Amino acid sequence: MEYKDYYKIMGVKRDATQDEIRRAYRKLARKYHPDVSKEADAEAKFKELGEANEVLKDPEKRAAYDQLGSQWKAGQEFRPPPDWQGGFEFRDFGGGDFGGRPGAGDFSDFFESLFGGAGRRAAGARTARDFRMRGEDHHARVVIGLEDSYTGASRSITLQMPEVDSQGRARARPRTLNVRIPKGIRQGQQIRLSGQGGAGFGGGEAGDLYLDVEFDPQGRYRVEGSDVYVDLPVAPWEAALGATVQVPTPAGAVDLKIPPHSQAGKKLRLKGRGIPARQPGDLYVVLQIVLPPADSEKHRRAYEEMKKAFAFNPRAGQKT
Amino acid sequence: MAESDTLRGQLIEEETVITLEDLCRHCTVQVEEVVTMVREGLIDPADGRPGAESVGHWRFHISSVRRVRTAVRLQRDLGVNLPGAALALELLDRIAELQRRN
Repeated sequence: MEYKDYYKIMGVKRDATQDEIRRAYRKLARKYHPDVSKEADAEAKFKELGEANEVLKDPEKRAAYDQLGSQWKAGQEFRPPPDWQGGFEFRDFGGGDFGGRPGAGDFSDFFESLFGGAGRRAAGARTARDFRMRGEDHHARVVIGLEDSYTGASRSITLQMPEVDSQGRARARPRTLNVRIPKGIRQGQQIRLSGQGGAGFGGGEAGDLYLDVEFDPQGRYRVEGSDVYVDLPVAPWEAALGATVQVPTPAGAVDLKIPPHSQAGKKLRLKGRGIPARQPGDLYVVLQIVLPPADSEKHRRAYEEMKKAFAFNPRAGQKT
Repeated sequence: MAESDTLRGQLIEEETVITLEDLCRHCTVQVEEVVTMVREGLIDPADGRPGAESVGHWRFHISSVRRVRTAVRLQRDLGVNLPGAALALELLDRIAELQRRN
């Protein structure tokens, strides 16, 4: 397994005070918290940070970690020293529950080898013989393209499912599910998969898995409810004189007639071409007039001709 | 993977309304925590009666699940209190709204 440099992850020196560690953790936690962060790898970073904090914030664990010495480098192949005291008594600790992965079994092998699964036995330990409990519901986020909502799609998602082994130790086990994304799904809707959540205790039924569906915000479309918006760049003469142009839609390109005398920002509605449903949404094409650059003598002359022909003041209606 | 391995879930509409007990179960929180969150204005009961006398009848939109879970995580992971988490949620909503409009 790989050695983890918790000090480096936290961005503090090895002799940092507990106060400095706390401060460093808070700052980084705000930066990488998956609920607030825009960083691409926020979830992995936050998990790593949580593990580093788990060790460094606790003087006992930190002292144990320091015993390994400072000669190790992050990523270096690591084995715990033979005289390593595996039996530290550590208090309970919790973890994040992102991506349908509730706290338990959330730390690296490196962490496990040093501190074991101690404290995370809670879930298994309280299982008395005649005690039945329904498993926990898990939640996971699924990002889909808008096109997927038009056609329906299958997504394979990998979740870290916590498991309690025969020694009562919690471990994360990756589990891959293939899930059907139904046609017509909208942003913010959830899909419930019965019995795919946490295992029940003492013969209790398993919890459910909820998938929170979100559209990939990087796409060219904007979505409001079941209505979809797309910007369409047009030339000034197309807007002024009318034209028929190709417009991309999530269901494929269509020909659209732009009426003469159209202004920038005009919305053209394609009825029923929004997100499909019993009452399908509409697709709005928003015109964006793009001016050709006056980058040659010929083009400059054309603009000069326009100026003469129109005597046009676009600010005529504005107060000064 | 064969089509038969594909799970088909049940679609839950945004308009879906759940009971207080359901909300607590989904979010693994106690009733008291939900009551505090309603008092703080972090979530609103679906029938618009946030008064304490009607706690037993409270129903919530399914969107409350996400808000409560996020608030719980923010408090636990960042050490903010409930009003702080409520503020963060409102700002996150505003950012999402701006990104939708841009």
